[in-house]
Amino acid sequence: MVDARGLAGQLRTVLGDAAVITDRQRLRTYECDGLAQYKVTPALVVLPRTTGQVAAVVRACAAAGVPFVARGSGTGLSGGALPHADGVLIVTSTMRSVLDLDIVNQRAVVEPGVINLHLSREALPHGYYYAPDPSSQQVCSIGGNVAENSGGAHCLKYGFTTNHVTGLELVTPAGDVVQVGGKAPDAPGYDLLGALVGSEGTLGIATKVTVRLTRSPEAVSTLLAAFPDTDRAGAAVSAIIAAGVVPAAIEMMDALAIEAAEAAVHCGYPPGAGAVLIVELDGPGADVEHEFAEAERLCRASGATEVRVAADDAERALFWKGRKSAFAAVGRISPGYIVQDGVVPRTALPQVLRRIAQLSADTGIRVANVFHAGDGNLHPLVLFDDAVPGESARAEEVSGAILDLCLEHGGSITGEHGVGADKARYMPRMFDADDLDTMQLVRCAFDPQSISNPGKVFPTPRLCGERPGRHQGTHPLAEAGVAEVF
Amino acid sequence: MGDVVLQELRLATDDHAAAAGPADTVDGMPARWVASPGSTAETSAVMRVAAVHDLAVVVRGAGNRLTWGAPPERCDLLVDSTRMDAVVEHASGDLVVVVQAGCRLDVLQQRLAGAGQWLAVDPPRPGTVGGTVAAALSGPTRLAHGAVRDLVIGMTMVRADGVVAHSGGKVVKNVAGYDVGKLLTGSYGTLGVITEVAFRLHPLPKARSWVSLPRHSAAAVHEALQRVVHSQLVPGAVELDRAADGSATLTVQLEGVAPGVLARTAAALELLGPSATAGSRPPGWWGIQPAGTGEVLLKVTHELAGLPHLLTALDAAAARHRLAAHVRGSVAVGSVLVGLRAAEGGNRVGPAALGPDEVAGLVADLRQRAASFGGSVVVLDGPRVVKESLDVWGPVGAIDLMRSVKHRFDPARLLAPGRFVGGI
Repeated sequence: MVDARGLAGQLRTVLGDAAVITDRQRLRTYECDGLAQYKVTPALVVLPRTTGQVAAVVRACAAAGVPFVARGSGTGLSGGALPHADGVLIVTSTMRSVLDLDIVNQRAVVEPGVINLHLSREALPHGYYYAPDPSSQQVCSIGGNVAENSGGAHCLKYGFTTNHVTGLELVTPAGDVVQVGGKAPDAPGYDLLGALVGSEGTLGIATKVTVRLTRSPEAVSTLLAAFPDTDRAGAAVSAIIAAGVVPAAIEMMDALAIEAAEAAVHCGYPPGAGAVLIVELDGPGADVEHEFAEAERLCRASGATEVRVAADDAERALFWKGRKSAFAAVGRISPGYIVQDGVVPRTALPQVLRRIAQLSADTGIRVANVFHAGDGNLHPLVLFDDAVPGESARAEEVSGAILDLCLEHGGSITGEHGVGADKARYMPRMFDADDLDTMQLVRCAFDPQSISNPGKVFPTPRLCGERPGRHQGTHPLAEAGVAEVF
Repeated sequence: MGDVVLQELRLATDDHAAAAGPADTVDGMPARWVASPGSTAETSAVMRVAAVHDLAVVVRGAGNRLTWGAPPERCDLLVDSTRMDAVVEHASGDLVVVVQAGCRLDVLQQRLAGAGQWLAVDPPRPGTVGGTVAAALSGPTRLAHGAVRDLVIGMTMVRADGVVAHSGGKVVKNVAGYDVGKLLTGSYGTLGVITEVAFRLHPLPKARSWVSLPRHSAAAVHEALQRVVHSQLVPGAVELDRAADGSATLTVQLEGVAPGVLARTAAALELLGPSATAGSRPPGWWGIQPAGTGEVLLKVTHELAGLPHLLTALDAAAARHRLAAHVRGSVAVGSVLVGLRAAEGGNRVGPAALGPDEVAGLVADLRQRAASFGGSVVVLDGPRVVKESLDVWGPVGAIDLMRSVKHRFDPARLLAPGRFVGGI
């Protein structure tokens, strides 16, 4: 049995010396992704430049039974790219070419390390952009977006990564290179793309990604509305959706989040607001004009104390600046914080926010709320001070209790950050053993050795030879007590 | 053994099982039993009976598309979903509906329309919700709202071994766990029995208009399509209807708020020139399948810019094999249906029977040229004699992974064996 380090020599001949890292100090720069509380130093890091090199690395891992983990820019917030201590970390940041910007077909083919925003920048002069826009889009990679099925503020209208990927070149966990889908839709057969996008690197490594490009909108209008409290802001969101308006984005921040953003970036939001909404509409000019007026009216009717309309791109950017800086900004008001990611049905928002406030009051743990209100995706920031004994543990409890609240209201434990290493233990709260077993069937179909990013998504690893949950042995009716065995 | 099986199926379904009648066939193959479970739990019990007795199972909804795909190798048990027809939950404020698989799509739409909403799927000849998902059907508005796979947010399924599994949920934004629902969507009943689906909904458009443009060459169709897709019209749908003689109409559906639709209708007329006309109703052919009974229906996909190559290749192949090809479909998406019938002419009286060799020849020619239009050619439906003369699904990428998925979900090959790609 060869361990991961034992593969170094073999991989150097394939990748070259510089692309194989074994030095302890350098390995440690890869010990975590965007979720820094989990740290594991990988046994080996490789920096492949081609599909062939990725396949060679994976084949070597498969032959030796060594686990591997793919990593793009390392911005993920669920520990999805957390290395394996006895495994190879395959970093795709050196695969950064936009291979084909095919405007005529409204597609682009990119390597996995391409930065999300870079693709849009390249497409923009042609009147196109890449729609999924996670907050980290200036640094996150499209390969990582594919793994996590990343969303963003504008996925309310435009959908998630899974709605924009039409093809993948995949290195399977056996090291085979296969083409799934392409520029045309509906490749015959199972929707493997649907299974692969969002599988968090557990089904293989995407080495080329074919994405849909979206026509840049003719008009964009953005407003910032201040409300006395989150209840009334939530009512405005419901009213806008109920009116049949589909904004490109509706974002909400509560008082504590506003306070943090003001302290950090001086975004100049209306003073004293208990909540603000950012509502953005885009599309053809006449449509936007009409619907934007409607959205503005509904904000006022729902109790907005002030509504500002962005006069130009600069003012729009200022509205967004507060929102986009919110995560980092809470660092100004708290030494430590947990970014939670949960989803509730939009209509449950006011009720859930009140419950979160109650939870906060009961525990003395402050919670700042920043979220994608249009689709009920909450990002509570649970604040704590490590210097206060027991506070980080209580913050962890509050954070977990918020997920329970989400589930209680029929929601999800993650809307866009993924399960990764962080939430695998919460999966059984959302899915029963049979659900997880069925997901494992997919895993085993792609990766019978369980070497592709093991330890993520699933709470308990499983050997693929087993078939728990199969009931062919016992007669079903006998088991159900309805009949004797014939 | 037959009596035992029937007795067990009756126990499993609260007496809703029977020996198959003359109408209970799948593509001409008679089934032996029909079971109509009324719930997910009953479906599970039925599947356990099937697993114990090694019964091959085909799921039937409205029965509109039982002849689609390859004929199954065997079919012992038809699982009829139509008793599971409840709308479980319509959360109108959340734009989400949870519905049982046997609910008819038109019934669901009627119900949703009461709240000013709809499930944005408009396939030709709508059947049940489960059938729509299992065959991944779509219609013109796929351009604006995505394919049915993009609208499915949660699913309950029963596996071949009777195990009930859920994936997704009731919220639109959700990345917890594998999206097993997408894998089941378009799987033709070969991975599991879909019993319940949660969908995201859309508000019904407040206003709509249709702008049509007649065109008579593949190049002219292409030129008009490119103009539309790169414009700021943001069409809800762009459909092509092209008769066998090459005469074609490109129709753009505009939807939204009234002032917006009005402005964009004017913009579309200007963009497409003096031969374009606007109307407040779609053309008569809109959303209708371009093949009738006894004809052959192909699904052909293409890259947007591949459309003229597809049309040219199709014309050449049709002429060579003496067939008439009618194209209709979503050319801004890259997915069209093609209806094939025998070409008129000669001394024949009435339509000639469709020859299997001619169809096989055309399909082979088209697949050979598939690289020129960047898509695939699938024979969705047609007389059994035709389907048996060719591989209806054609070459499939990543087939080993698909076989592996099938093997994990249904190792005994009980679910519609042979109906899907690569003999899956």
